[in-house]
Amino acid sequence: MDFSNFLYMKQEVSLMIVFIFLFLYDVFCSEKGKQRFQLVACTLFAIHTIFGFLPHILDAIFGIKYNLGIGILGCFSFPTGDAFGGMFISSDMTIFMKNILNIATLLVLLQTNNWLKADDTVHKRGEFFIITMVTLLGMYLMVSAGNFMMLFIGMETAALPLACLAAFDKYKEKSAEAGAKFILISALSSGVTLFGMSFLYGATGTMYFSDMTAQIMSNPMVIIGFIFFFAGLGFKLSLVPFHLWTADVYEGAPTSVTAYLSVVSKGAAAFALIFAIYKVFGNIGIVWHHIIWFLAVITITLGNLFAIRQKDIKRFFAFSSISQAGYILLGIIAGTAQGMTAMTYFVLVYVFSNLAAFGVISAVENKNGGDTRISAFNGLYKSNPKLSLVMMLAVFSLAGIPPLAGFFSKFWIFMAAFAQGQHVLVFIALLNTVISLYYYLLIIKAMFINESEEGAVQRFTTDGYNKTSLVLCVIGIFAIGILSCIYAYIGTLSFGVIR
Amino acid sequence: MEYSLLILITPFVLFLLLGLTGHKMKPNVAGIIGTTGMALAAILSYTIAFQYFFGVGKVDGVFQQIIPINFEWLRFTDNLHIDLGILLDPISVMMLVVITTVSLMVHLYSLAYMHGEKGFQRYYAFLSLFSFSMLGLVVATNIFQMYIFWELVGVSSYSLIGFYYTKPSAVAASKKAFIVTRFADLGFLVGILLLSFYTKTFDFATLTADNASLVVNSTAGASFLGLSVAAWATALIFMGGAGKSAMFPLHIWLPDAMEGPTPVSALIHAATMVVAGVYLVARLFPVYFFSAPEVLTMIAYIGVFTALFAAVIAITQTDIKRVLAFSTISQIALMMAALGVSGFGGHDGLGYMASMFHLFTHAFFKALLFLGAGSVIHAVHSNDMRDMGRLHKYMPISSITFFIACLAIAGIPPFSGFFSKDEILVAAFHHDKVIFYAILVSAGLTAFYMFRLYFNIFWGKEKTYTEHHKPHESPWLMTFPLVFLAILSCTTGLFDFSEFISPDKMPFATHIDWTIAGMAIAVAVIGITVATILYAKGSDKPAQMAKSLGRFYTATLNKFYLDEVWMFITQSVIFKMICEPIRWFDRNVIDGSMNGLAWVTQKSSSAIKGLQSGQVQFYAWVFVAGSIVIAILVLFCKV
Repeated sequence: MDFSNFLYMKQEVSLMIVFIFLFLYDVFCSEKGKQRFQLVACTLFAIHTIFGFLPHILDAIFGIKYNLGIGILGCFSFPTGDAFGGMFISSDMTIFMKNILNIATLLVLLQTNNWLKADDTVHKRGEFFIITMVTLLGMYLMVSAGNFMMLFIGMETAALPLACLAAFDKYKEKSAEAGAKFILISALSSGVTLFGMSFLYGATGTMYFSDMTAQIMSNPMVIIGFIFFFAGLGFKLSLVPFHLWTADVYEGAPTSVTAYLSVVSKGAAAFALIFAIYKVFGNIGIVWHHIIWFLAVITITLGNLFAIRQKDIKRFFAFSSISQAGYILLGIIAGTAQGMTAMTYFVLVYVFSNLAAFGVISAVENKNGGDTRISAFNGLYKSNPKLSLVMMLAVFSLAGIPPLAGFFSKFWIFMAAFAQGQHVLVFIALLNTVISLYYYLLIIKAMFINESEEGAVQRFTTDGYNKTSLVLCVIGIFAIGILSCIYAYIGTLSFGVIR
Repeated sequence: MEYSLLILITPFVLFLLLGLTGHKMKPNVAGIIGTTGMALAAILSYTIAFQYFFGVGKVDGVFQQIIPINFEWLRFTDNLHIDLGILLDPISVMMLVVITTVSLMVHLYSLAYMHGEKGFQRYYAFLSLFSFSMLGLVVATNIFQMYIFWELVGVSSYSLIGFYYTKPSAVAASKKAFIVTRFADLGFLVGILLLSFYTKTFDFATLTADNASLVVNSTAGASFLGLSVAAWATALIFMGGAGKSAMFPLHIWLPDAMEGPTPVSALIHAATMVVAGVYLVARLFPVYFFSAPEVLTMIAYIGVFTALFAAVIAITQTDIKRVLAFSTISQIALMMAALGVSGFGGHDGLGYMASMFHLFTHAFFKALLFLGAGSVIHAVHSNDMRDMGRLHKYMPISSITFFIACLAIAGIPPFSGFFSKDEILVAAFHHDKVIFYAILVSAGLTAFYMFRLYFNIFWGKEKTYTEHHKPHESPWLMTFPLVFLAILSCTTGLFDFSEFISPDKMPFATHIDWTIAGMAIAVAVIGITVATILYAKGSDKPAQMAKSLGRFYTATLNKFYLDEVWMFITQSVIFKMICEPIRWFDRNVIDGSMNGLAWVTQKSSSAIKGLQSGQVQFYAWVFVAGSIVIAILVLFCKV
């Protein structure tokens, strides 16, 4: 075996080093070291994240195309191309997408401190980090897959440990239920996906993306294969009608896990889907156009309809994230480099907006003993003005109010779809944006206008980790929108992808 | 000259710093930080100006447009994109100097004037925000950047007018200012869109290049309701300028804006923001001149009418800040009129030069007048000139500097206003005699009402001041800016402006036309003499005259009922005729359909709530059934 193939997997290798080290540290360190676990883990992961950004930084500032030769500096060069005979594909875009996932994971990890240091979870803090990083590795493989088997392995690696995470508070009934529901539906979805993949294999005789492209024709076998394969990723993206697990799992899972599910897992699925569709199914565009058009409309609409009714803030964000997934489909349907740019940018912005909201939720939840009803946020502005301002920014960004980043991400994704003649779809999405504003404002109303109830949270300060993550989110919500060079930079990456 | 970016960054950083952490600082610390930052910006502006005018700016006798920084912000299509950048050319560099100088003086002055006010830090934060937006406006490289900063200027002006937000009149005034200018900005925006739709660019340099040939060619043949598209677009853009620069009939917000703290009035409503409209027209001057000369003529007439109109109103006002407000309207209108009568190229560009020259001199003496008025208000705690008199002996520095400013605005040589007004008169004389005489009359009126104001405050009858509130000279922090601005008012007229500023950026020579100058001086002297006779000793004659004028006097006192006319238009015409049907439509059709939508939403969402049963076997069933249904639809319906 040619070990130089691993050079294409720099981020994967780096992540594995981090979690193997954390595993050993967790097992062998002293009691005192255990207390510092959070710090060590977050720092290491932050280093890993920054390491991933090296090629972009070098490229943007010095214009060096990662080619630093061999030797010590070679560690920092990120070669692109196919590895392991086309099983694994590394491109500028995949590196960037993994970096988005890294940022999101880092933010989630920062938000876990309060929850994990509680008595009933502190002894398994190490497990949480290690399991999370394993799922992240799976997601890397999904994004970089060049073969359906690889994609499937990635999806499974990402899905099974997630069930553990959902049931992490296993003595809480809801958390256990969430884990059980997730694993059942996930198993079903894996079955359906494999079923679809076997059809595709039967029709084309190959599992490799690059070989399959030419064989894809619009015949029933391929179409059925595509639909069932699509259902598997639709489950991860929680598209209607594969979304029903979302609300229950999001509500039951620990808040940080919900945040992880709603952002990282969803982002990875979106990236994997766009690669698979663009690379493999380009020939049957007419088929998936109709499917995605239809699913985008019902996903956005149903997500909104359900979100209006919710009384629990985690369920609320479950449905809000469903409708956001519908917007992601708008970027995919465009089928152009512009669409891919807009979608990647959308996910990047969504990471910051949604995690800001979840950061606030977990901070509040930790103070009031796990009460996640929306009414628990009544009068939050009076007691904790800064937290409620962060929440306000997050919600406004999700709703797409200028000049926050969420406005620009919606704007670009609508532009991308509009440029491909999807006028009706964009119009429906716009109408839904108006509806979404209504329920997003309900949260603002609760925080700023409603009088607080008995036993509402008093003034408190969150811990340093959570604060860091919230500050990063706020910077992201402002800066990513204003600094249009980020969008332009993603644009330069996208062109390399469509071959 | 990339360091010009620092001029913008400094006030912005100050705004963030003072806005976010100001409440933790001691008030004085916040004030000193703000002032120091502004001083830095001013020094940078002076270096830029020196470097530009006497160094890199002029190549082969022509002033160049230098764009040290330009970065593409949002790209919509291949040729339509919004950039943010810095454009240095003679007028923008001149504006940098004006803005930073006046702003610095106001910052200094406010340290004493606003001392002990609640929200002192907030005041300085907003001053910084305003300076940032105004500087961004003048260095804009494209019309959209200008629009962004234009709105920012509006917002910061809004928050400064409403600084005393517990006072209902201040809140009303800030709302009025914002709504009126925002209404005008609607025209501006439509104009921008119209222009960019045809020319496919926002860029000033591209729009004005080669005698605006791009605009002329791209809009050729297109017309709407008998007017060419270029005329529509430029007229709509002018509407935005008219709103900010308080041209008739959109001037109504400016007198009310005097509810803000007086230094704010000096900065925003005298020297900088209100000339934004003039600056806008000057910036796009080639477009106006070559593609829509009829609009330029309209601007000239609107300008001269506003100048006369405001001057007449200023005569009867008794609130000293309102007198100054109407005087500002009148002077800015002169600048507009000067642009309107200007030609292009060589000596024909005199009007353009005169307009910019007057903008420059006016900024200093009008800021001086406002700061002087602030000093007086600070001493007697009233805005009304009937509460004042004989203040000269209590506050000599304020009195003398105010006197200098009055001479400057009246157009007495060798003070600055004389030179700039003379150029305007010469330009008007060669273009249109009607405009010339109208300007001459307004100059006479200006001299009269300014000296009426001066005598009523500093001379006239002694008022009884209580021992407790004996007027006194202001502290040095307030008198220093007065003296500094007074020196500027004496000297700025001596600049040979045509050496630096002309529409085609080629310097030309000017000389004073003594026949016209003589007429102007004569008119000014008559105005001053009449004012001296009537007011210097505090006689009863003015009251008798007011009585004999009867209705005309009341009409003037009430600003020709323009506020009421607008009120009538908004209340009876717009609200009744337009808003009522819309309201009906809104209540019944829109609300109806929204309620219907809500009803459908509620119904459907309770109908489908069964979907979310919590039973995982059902979820799985929907999952599989959904996939199968999609497959069937795709395979058999051939959608």
